Amino acid sequence: MMTQAYLLPIIWAGLIAFAVLAYVVLDGFDLGVGILFAIEGDREERNVMINAIAPMWDGNETWLVLGGGGLFAVFPLAYAVIMPAMYPTIIAMLLALIFRGVAFEFRFRTQSARGRVLWDVAFCGGSALAAFAQGLTLGGLLQGIKVTGRAYAGGWWDWLDGFTVLCGVAVLCGYALLGATWLVWRTEGALQRRNARAAEALGFIVLCFIGAVSLWTPLLNPIFYHRWFDWPGVALTAPVPVLVALLAWGFWVGLRRGHHITPFLCVIGWFVLCFAGLGISIWPMMVPPSITIWQAASPPSSQMFLLVGASVLIPIILAYTGYSYWVFRGKVGAHTSYH
Amino acid sequence: MFPLDAFHLARAQFAFTLIFHIVFPAFSIGLASYLAVLEGMWLRTGQQVYLDLFRYWVKIFSIGFAMGVVSGLVMSYQFGTNWGAFSDRAGPVIGPLMGYEVLTAFFLEAGFLGVMLFGMQKVGPRLHFAATCLVAVGTLISAFWILSVNSWMQTPRGYTIAPDGRFLPADWLAIIFNPSFFVRLPHMVLASYLSVAFVVGAVGAFHILRERPLVRAGKPPNPAVRTMFSMAMWMATIVAPAQILMGDIHGLNTLKYQPAKIAAMEGDWDSSGPAPEILFGIPDMKNEVTRYKIEIPYAGSLILTHTLDGRVPGLKNFPRADRPDSTIVFFSFRGMIAIGFLMAGIGLWSLFLRWRRALYENPWLQRAVVAMGPAGFAAVILGWITTEVGRQPYTVYGLMRTADSMSPIGTVGVATSLLAFIVVYAIVFTAGITYLLRLMGRPPVRGEPDHPAGQPIRTAGITPGPAGAVPEGASHDLHRPVLAE
Repeated sequence: MMTQAYLLPIIWAGLIAFAVLAYVVLDGFDLGVGILFAIEGDREERNVMINAIAPMWDGNETWLVLGGGGLFAVFPLAYAVIMPAMYPTIIAMLLALIFRGVAFEFRFRTQSARGRVLWDVAFCGGSALAAFAQGLTLGGLLQGIKVTGRAYAGGWWDWLDGFTVLCGVAVLCGYALLGATWLVWRTEGALQRRNARAAEALGFIVLCFIGAVSLWTPLLNPIFYHRWFDWPGVALTAPVPVLVALLAWGFWVGLRRGHHITPFLCVIGWFVLCFAGLGISIWPMMVPPSITIWQAASPPSSQMFLLVGASVLIPIILAYTGYSYWVFRGKVGAHTSYH
Repeated sequence: MFPLDAFHLARAQFAFTLIFHIVFPAFSIGLASYLAVLEGMWLRTGQQVYLDLFRYWVKIFSIGFAMGVVSGLVMSYQFGTNWGAFSDRAGPVIGPLMGYEVLTAFFLEAGFLGVMLFGMQKVGPRLHFAATCLVAVGTLISAFWILSVNSWMQTPRGYTIAPDGRFLPADWLAIIFNPSFFVRLPHMVLASYLSVAFVVGAVGAFHILRERPLVRAGKPPNPAVRTMFSMAMWMATIVAPAQILMGDIHGLNTLKYQPAKIAAMEGDWDSSGPAPEILFGIPDMKNEVTRYKIEIPYAGSLILTHTLDGRVPGLKNFPRADRPDSTIVFFSFRGMIAIGFLMAGIGLWSLFLRWRRALYENPWLQRAVVAMGPAGFAAVILGWITTEVGRQPYTVYGLMRTADSMSPIGTVGVATSLLAFIVVYAIVFTAGITYLLRLMGRPPVRGEPDHPAGQPIRTAGITPGPAGAVPEGASHDLHRPVLAE
């Protein structure tokens, strides 16, 4: 029977998954722009890069608050297990995000050239560390978290191995690629050309990482393996790699022919597909391998209470976000006088 | 010092991050309401000085708000990282309340803060005023949910306990409007208002002192500076006594629901009536005695029961394992009270000078107010220390012990992250506070600019504000504020 206790956790898992995906794609491109500071030395070009993300970046980051806050509110057990299990990566991510956000504010308020360089390093380093830590967290979660009773039962560094590091580097490169294609879309001239070249190289690297993570994931856990390769699951999973390949074709054609927005959209497509693949692997687990979304859920009364507010406010937030992206559309620096 | 095990380090980490964090919400709550008043006064009277003050303080608001949000992000993740068992068991009850805080804050920040900060030309003054009021209401709604969570942890109601130990919601109204919520929320809001009054007053006083030689030489005084000082002193005159009254009501409420906390705050070991009030002493937890006492007879009964011979509790009424640390709360409580009375004293002094028409002429009042600038925040911190340490040894009062609330994490990890927090906060908040002080160090001018010129603007998100860098002389047509384009 479709009871509240059955349905509500599914709805909430969907909402939180959506918040996380929105976060990954949106903050992904602005973290990526920060990472790309590493290969862009020119001060003026860096300013253009900053301008290309200035109106959106912290709106993007707010989805992280919604995802984390939502997890605590409706899946407290998952929150209580994942956070201690991934303690170092979560703390590193938080500190990196704080550092990066403040660097963003202060890099132009400092008067000295040296201070400016320091804040730029903080901005780039913070962006990269946040991306890497998010990848590690993802890898650690996929790999499985040891639980006894209602608590994390592992040690301090349990999450650290080849797979999590692979995920960390993959997310780092993925965000850089998102950033590069965002800049291809939003900038012009030499900066755009350089980022198109960077995107081409990064696109290749990211595809390799997608392949490596996808091949490794089914080996982590027999459940994942059967989910991906046994009938009828394979009917659902087989299209995923095919779609990735199609998008790859669109990505390269777009870059070669100078379509400004196509590469960015194709990369978003990759992220969505990877996220869907992730969902296929772990469903209906909230904390693989042992806690399902129903076990992690707070009682229906708690989930219902918050759902009322969420169903009013989330659509308004979405509409507002879409509107502000629309207002800030167009090339950055196109009509400014500093070229 | 406390032992350096994971438990005490996790508590230290919570205390450290909370102490840093709480200053900024208090600042935002108070300043948002002040901004609404300023803009309302401007619309009503049409006097330029209120608009100038609004534009002056709104720039400071955006920085303080941003620091509140980033430090709050850490708080909300810390429940999981360090206090996982608490999150698991209390999550079904307090999780949705915090979820509402996030949603409300997100909604108001994404929508109205952008309008308030950058939208004056875009939406017209009336709609802009509505946005400012909604931001002020939004900060109060955030306070509402957070104080509801905290009050529930102090005086839990409306729950059942599941066989696995989780607190399950039974009655949401009873949970939200639990018995100490009604005193805690106004106490915190008044504290925020007072804190900001003293910041505003100190900035005003600072600039009055600075321009004094010029004014003596015949330069007309800066009206904005005088107006903010005067407004702040009215707040001190009215709100400080109101807060003392509210504190008294809070104390009676705590006596009713958390008598052990009151005994610890008072340093009383034996229940007695009539009870003296200990003005000073050093509570010794181990030997169950308060040393070097200076007492006022009957005052303890008078304060806590409003009679001369009412009985007040002593710590010995409670088993050793259930006692909060009197050595800490005895002093934090007295520090808070002392600041409260100093503030009320400043309020009276200013009222007297106002009556003598010498409010702006007495440099000693202004020096005192400058010195008291951060005092409100100190009182807020001391008050939170009192109520949080006084709740010990429980996280959910009487039901769940702090020792049972922890995540299974190791000493090294907590120590490392605590160190990392200290280093990063030191850098980040030093930079932020330096910038705030730099803004405050410059007096408001007639025709105060809307926002710092030459910076792109963003509209949505957790730290709306001017950001990024555009070289001088660049056109900013692409970065216009958003709404109502």
